[in-house]
Amino acid sequence: MTTTITIPLEGKKKTYEQEALITGAEAIAVACKLANVDVITAYPIRPYDTVMQYISQLVADGEMDCEFIVAEGEHSQFEIVKHASACGARVFCGSSGVGWMYAMECLTVSPALRVPMVCMVGNRALDDPGAFGVEHNDALAVRDLGWLLNWVDSGQEALDTALISYRVAEDRRIFVPIALSCDGAFLTHSQALVKIPTAEQVREFLPRYNRGDLLLHPDNVISVAPQANEDWVTEIRRQNYAVTERACDVIREVYADFERIFGRKYGNPFFEEYMTEDAEVVLLGMGTLSTSAKVAVRKLREEGKKVGFVRLRWFRPFAGPLLAKCLERFHAIGVIDRDFSFGSPDLSGVVATEVRSAMYTSAATRPPVLGFICGLGGREVTVPDIREMTDIIFQAAHGKPQPSTQWIGLRG
Amino acid sequence: MGQLLAVELIYRGVFQKTLAKNITRGIVLAAHNEGKLGISFGRYGDSPERNGIPAKSFAIIADDEETLQAGMAQYEPKEVDVTIVLDDTLCKGTESWAWYGLRPVNGALKPGRTLIVVSLQDAPELLKVIHRREEPYKLGILKGVTSFSGMWVYKDDHTDVRVLGAIAKALPELVGLKAVEQFIDEKLKNPLKAVSAHTAYDRFTAIEVKPGQGSAEELPHYTLPKWEDMRLGVSIKGQPQGGPYQDPVTKQTGGFRPARNQLFKKASTRTMRPVVNFATCTKCTLCWLNCPDGSFDVAPDGTYDVDLEACCGCGICEAVCPVKNCISMVSESEFHDNDRQWASFRKDRDAYLKWLENTIKTAEPIEQRSQGFRYRGQYQEQIPVALEVARKG
Repeated sequence: MTTTITIPLEGKKKTYEQEALITGAEAIAVACKLANVDVITAYPIRPYDTVMQYISQLVADGEMDCEFIVAEGEHSQFEIVKHASACGARVFCGSSGVGWMYAMECLTVSPALRVPMVCMVGNRALDDPGAFGVEHNDALAVRDLGWLLNWVDSGQEALDTALISYRVAEDRRIFVPIALSCDGAFLTHSQALVKIPTAEQVREFLPRYNRGDLLLHPDNVISVAPQANEDWVTEIRRQNYAVTERACDVIREVYADFERIFGRKYGNPFFEEYMTEDAEVVLLGMGTLSTSAKVAVRKLREEGKKVGFVRLRWFRPFAGPLLAKCLERFHAIGVIDRDFSFGSPDLSGVVATEVRSAMYTSAATRPPVLGFICGLGGREVTVPDIREMTDIIFQAAHGKPQPSTQWIGLRG
Repeated sequence: MGQLLAVELIYRGVFQKTLAKNITRGIVLAAHNEGKLGISFGRYGDSPERNGIPAKSFAIIADDEETLQAGMAQYEPKEVDVTIVLDDTLCKGTESWAWYGLRPVNGALKPGRTLIVVSLQDAPELLKVIHRREEPYKLGILKGVTSFSGMWVYKDDHTDVRVLGAIAKALPELVGLKAVEQFIDEKLKNPLKAVSAHTAYDRFTAIEVKPGQGSAEELPHYTLPKWEDMRLGVSIKGQPQGGPYQDPVTKQTGGFRPARNQLFKKASTRTMRPVVNFATCTKCTLCWLNCPDGSFDVAPDGTYDVDLEACCGCGICEAVCPVKNCISMVSESEFHDNDRQWASFRKDRDAYLKWLENTIKTAEPIEQRSQGFRYRGQYQEQIPVALEVARKG
């Protein structure tokens, strides 16, 4: 862990962006400061704890004014922000791996209670073994519960997406928690140059959190989370379903506004396409494996192999029709899963299963979708790994049947 | 399709849970002796039960597998061939925590079918509180002391087999007496129980209840909202605060009456109610402070007036009241309305105190209340009373 880093966040020239050399976790801490978050709870677990350490430093230095509460465990950590959010506070929280899972009961109830918490998941393998490297199964555990989920691959995107997440989550049409996922080590612990926007810009982008008639306050007497029998539950679930129906439109709206105010352009918010225009085959993945994927794509292109890469940013909502429309034009698709879904159809990872499902409903063609399990427990997804996967995809594209799921980088 | 028959059993949560289960199981097992098939189940929405809350169990009996499946295709039967009420204070209507508003005990009964009530009262008395309906039905009373026990104990006072005997009389096509006796002989292995079932069968009679006969009390109507109209965040708007209210005699306002939930009232949970002597009340606040349901209003004169729609009859107020006979718990069967006691007291003090004196004479001593077993040996003490009823019928 690095020692204290002093960043001139609010220098004399407030109208200009400033650059700082910070980790992905610190970028999110900076976003919390800029978003003027009211209540933050912490409980240490690697790799999430970097953000907690940095925020506590900002509070101690008087740079940030918030309630910073160190809970006695993750469950309390998430319960505290859940209640604070119900009381109208902008909140931040986070965890990793089994710490995130320890909070699961709270994570489960939060979407129905419509609390727009923004949480960072420093992706970490689930125990056992007691590993601390990246794996995506921790954040993915909430994928069916009404959370919105996104993955970022750089410090800059982490900062921007944290601000975007507050804006999306606190939109009355949404009002559900968002988990912002960052790959452990590769993003949380590596420093890069990040452009830091001004407080004025952020104020313009991010209106005050207004909970309206859902505010838990003596002046607005409400009872929250009572027991309900079968006469109510279907309707309550339908309300959360309505959020997912609207989410893509709201996210598009917010990214457009982000671009207007900050001048940084993300294009399609849901996934990033790299060298796909004339590609015959593509690889698809989430998070920081994009770096080696892009390098490998460039090398393969030098060899005349027309391969592209698609990086999924938003996993929930899953932009199914949009992604299917993008992928239907390729001869074969390879999905790199830094996760597993043991016993799933085709024994693939979570993302491959979702992509196949989206293709089945919305794609005009049926190219093979190959699943690759790679980079578990923090193992690197290397350029040769990407090359190996690309070879397999090309074989499938040329009509040679391939197993639906393969493990890459596995000793054996 | 063969014959399909449904039995509904209305009972007091916790106190009669085991009894209810034994009866509906007994119906299925006895009917099976006649080659029929059946299932028995408790209403899942009623669980976890709270002391005294109205709850339901069901038995469905069919001639064959396919007919039974047709009966099982809906979780809770909407129409039943016999309804059994195990405690006569339930006749005022039931509001379980899974429903909205008071429901009549005869609501699911098919026209012409029989409502069986375990009671020491007679039919005209019960029909003062059982809600009227447009179709005729039958009302039969199984004479008996209400059988209450606790969470972990079961008072084996033969109520189970006596109900089976009454059913065999009221609805022989469901199960005959012979099949009931065979069930008792083979499964319960208690010849005395067979005698109880037989006696109940012999003595059971039912009267015809004509359309429009019964209580004219209006039942509430509640429409469930559409999903778009429901509040977000699993939240419910709170009650307004409430405020002072009027003395019916002086017309002066004072005291405090909180606003209470109008969609869920607790009155039907009650088997006993507190009656208050406002003349001896010392305004010590203990009843108001200790009531778990916040059922007490502060009357304009500073005494405490119980809201009988909100009171579930737990008896804590009586237990904490330091003045002898100031608050007394009296069986709910003595009352036919939920009118305010303090208003009656203010309107005619002497008449109220005279009524109070007569009423609390009927109250059981606090140590002998039948809300489950209060002390070791209570069951044995109750046996002579039960036997007396059994002998006389």
